[in-house]
Amino acid sequence: MPVYRFTVNGRPHSVDAPASRPLLEVLREDLDLTGTKYGCGEGQCRACTVLIDGRPSASCVTPVRNAAGRNVTTIEGLAGAGGLTPVQRAFLEQQAFQCGYCTPGMVLGAAALLERTPSPSEEQIREGLNGHICRCTGYPRIVEAVQLAARLSKEAKSDD
Amino acid sequence: MTESDPRQELDRFELREADPYHFELDRREFLGAGLLLTLFVAPEAAAQGSGIEARLHLGEDGTVTVLSGKIEEGQGARAEIAMAAAEELGVTLAEVRVVLGDTGRVPNDGITAGSRTTPSTIPAVRRACAAARSILTQSGHKSYAEMAKSGAKIAGSTPENVALKPVPEWRILGKSQPRPDSEGLVTGEHKFPSDIRRPGMLYGAVLRPPSYGAKLESLDLAPARKMAGVVAVRDGEFAGCAAPTSFEARQAVEAMGGGARWSSSKSATSSENLYEYLKRHQGRVRDNLKGEPAAAAGKRLKAEYRCAYIQHAPMEPRAAVAEWEDGRLTVWTGTSNPFSVRDALARAFSLNPALVRVFVPDFGGGFGGKHTGEAAIEAARLAKEAGKPVSLRWTRAEEFAWAYFRPAALIEVEAALEGGRITGWDFANFNSGAAALESPYRLAHTRHRYVECESPLRPGSYRALASTANNFAREAFMDELAAEAGQDPLEFRLAHLENERIRAVLEAAAERFGWRKRVAEKRPGRGVGLACGTEKNSVVAACAEVEIDAKTGAVRLVEIVQAYECGKILNPGNLRQQVEGCILMGLGAALRERIEFAGGQVTNGSFARYRVPRFADVPKIELVLLDRPDLEPIGAGETPILVVAPAMANAYFHATGQRARTLPLAAETAQVRRG
Repeated sequence: MPVYRFTVNGRPHSVDAPASRPLLEVLREDLDLTGTKYGCGEGQCRACTVLIDGRPSASCVTPVRNAAGRNVTTIEGLAGAGGLTPVQRAFLEQQAFQCGYCTPGMVLGAAALLERTPSPSEEQIREGLNGHICRCTGYPRIVEAVQLAARLSKEAKSDD
Repeated sequence: MTESDPRQELDRFELREADPYHFELDRREFLGAGLLLTLFVAPEAAAQGSGIEARLHLGEDGTVTVLSGKIEEGQGARAEIAMAAAEELGVTLAEVRVVLGDTGRVPNDGITAGSRTTPSTIPAVRRACAAARSILTQSGHKSYAEMAKSGAKIAGSTPENVALKPVPEWRILGKSQPRPDSEGLVTGEHKFPSDIRRPGMLYGAVLRPPSYGAKLESLDLAPARKMAGVVAVRDGEFAGCAAPTSFEARQAVEAMGGGARWSSSKSATSSENLYEYLKRHQGRVRDNLKGEPAAAAGKRLKAEYRCAYIQHAPMEPRAAVAEWEDGRLTVWTGTSNPFSVRDALARAFSLNPALVRVFVPDFGGGFGGKHTGEAAIEAARLAKEAGKPVSLRWTRAEEFAWAYFRPAALIEVEAALEGGRITGWDFANFNSGAAALESPYRLAHTRHRYVECESPLRPGSYRALASTANNFAREAFMDELAAEAGQDPLEFRLAHLENERIRAVLEAAAERFGWRKRVAEKRPGRGVGLACGTEKNSVVAACAEVEIDAKTGAVRLVEIVQAYECGKILNPGNLRQQVEGCILMGLGAALRERIEFAGGQVTNGSFARYRVPRFADVPKIELVLLDRPDLEPIGAGETPILVVAPAMANAYFHATGQRARTLPLAAETAQVRRG
């Protein structure tokens, strides 16, 4: 089997896997990073979102060969030495989850959204996260959490 | 009240359902099983006891562990139990640990369903904790930690007359409290059932029949067994593989499945001829006749309503990890019914239930859809074959096709109307169930029937069961009667309503929405509608505004104001989440969700084709939560789903002058764009 080299949460990995094996399964089964969730296997629910070179990607439909040479960030790697990120703190503060299964993907999707659009309108948040399904469904609370995260991010930046 | 409260509709589908598999026993196991049943004494059952000690453990570090057989699937049981315990023990929330759904440690609190945690388990927890507090006071110890260190025990049965803290003295209950340990949800640390890993664990995949009812006639395991590291097994109707990765497990199942021979199944029933099929396949009838509705004076009206089969589609599909060690079986799985799944495993493998332990980690959603243990049994069969732990996670396609469904409903209703009042009422539900079948309105002559039918798809529980269908039909028909009587739908309902609690939520929703003004307005492509209802002892009402797309005919929910009352509110923040969740889940079923099937197969079993609500579908939502400290707290995870669909259907009529009598609305309204 071919060997693919890529970075996950800042650490280099080489994985011996069939080219078409989904990145999701490599992360969960080979690298023990189970924070990334399977939801549909067709890129429709975004529970499996990871950041590949900073872009949110559905890891369930990303063959491992497409990750070669890339930087992958999973939910486990989002918080750095500084503790939880503003998005994570905002989701906790707003309790923007019910079962929480969609939360890792939602948090990464929101982080990428705020990276592109630091002060999103409610409409932009809904549009930006529309690919993510929360079946419980905590959409109203999630929108509030992303709005709070935008404020927390700004405060964090002005403190720097 | 107990779990067998007669007011709660039994999960009759599940009670009637046979075990999914009948595995072969070899001779050694067969002999062993009989011996085990007579010789083995259940150590856990003995240790669990039945007194306060079964409910509470004191730690020397000052923590108190509360044990419950309930589970957490996002509905808020963990927080509520922690709050109830902290309140009655007189400690902080941080000092309370909650252990749920571990059949080896917790008391059997029954299935987590029927909105029973709040009215049944919470009082049990409060009483045990209040008793513990009184034991502490009598002991002379200053704290639970001191008591634990001294070796003194909190034990014995809870006295019947133990005093609970009255509402005015509450410090923790009645205020919004977060879910305990929720940080793990935002960091990815929380281990859902599908995240559990065990040393040496393999991943499983199951060979599914090509259609419902197809039986496995022959199967050659060799193509799978040739693959490195693959374990393949066939046992009766069960066949599957386990492998070092789930990718290899799927490949192995495909490899052996290609040569499998199946008996053909010839079902001609489909989602297109479903309702005719139900009418032709009737069974037992539950008939409740009061007075003489057939002889009622006045103008007679009748209508027929239909609700499609739908899926719960929780974000986490069914999953289980099973591990055998020295004849004992341990399973981690997502189910609302841990003890029942333990017993199902024991039956499947002819074990004493004491040899089976089921752990239920907080899991990824259920909505009434995870009362059974299919994945647990399948994982255990694979693990037994492999001699290693096996993790089995159903795919989304399996979840759509092989999990049980909210049953479809055909409802016939007929009423007589005279002088602006209903004089006779005849309501019949075919197939879907009797929950909220009886009208809450004041009616003199009534007939209510539930007609069991042969269900072409596997039926089961769903959030609020059949009350979703029954309340849709009733409230849509009330609207038709109001129109026929030339009355405002609100006034017409109030004229027939004696239940003060329903009147209160109806008035509250109407006032906040500005009903009387808005129903008089006519705006092109816009309409307003309302509905109310009651089930499981809580009451709900909603006013909705919909918009009809002039080009496509598509219906959109623009705004909903929902008033809800469930007695004394325990955790307002979580209640808000449950009500919003019900509204949006109800919106999905009202608007688009419909299982399509033909030839014994589900034909739209994916999120691409079965559209659940997304961010873009979220309307403006306003909640009016009525707090009633004079009433006992009532479970709130189901009933708020009841009114979305009828309020929308009634608003559709207000906008278009046409009745929408089939759910989902998108399937009926002409030219509506699918998806």
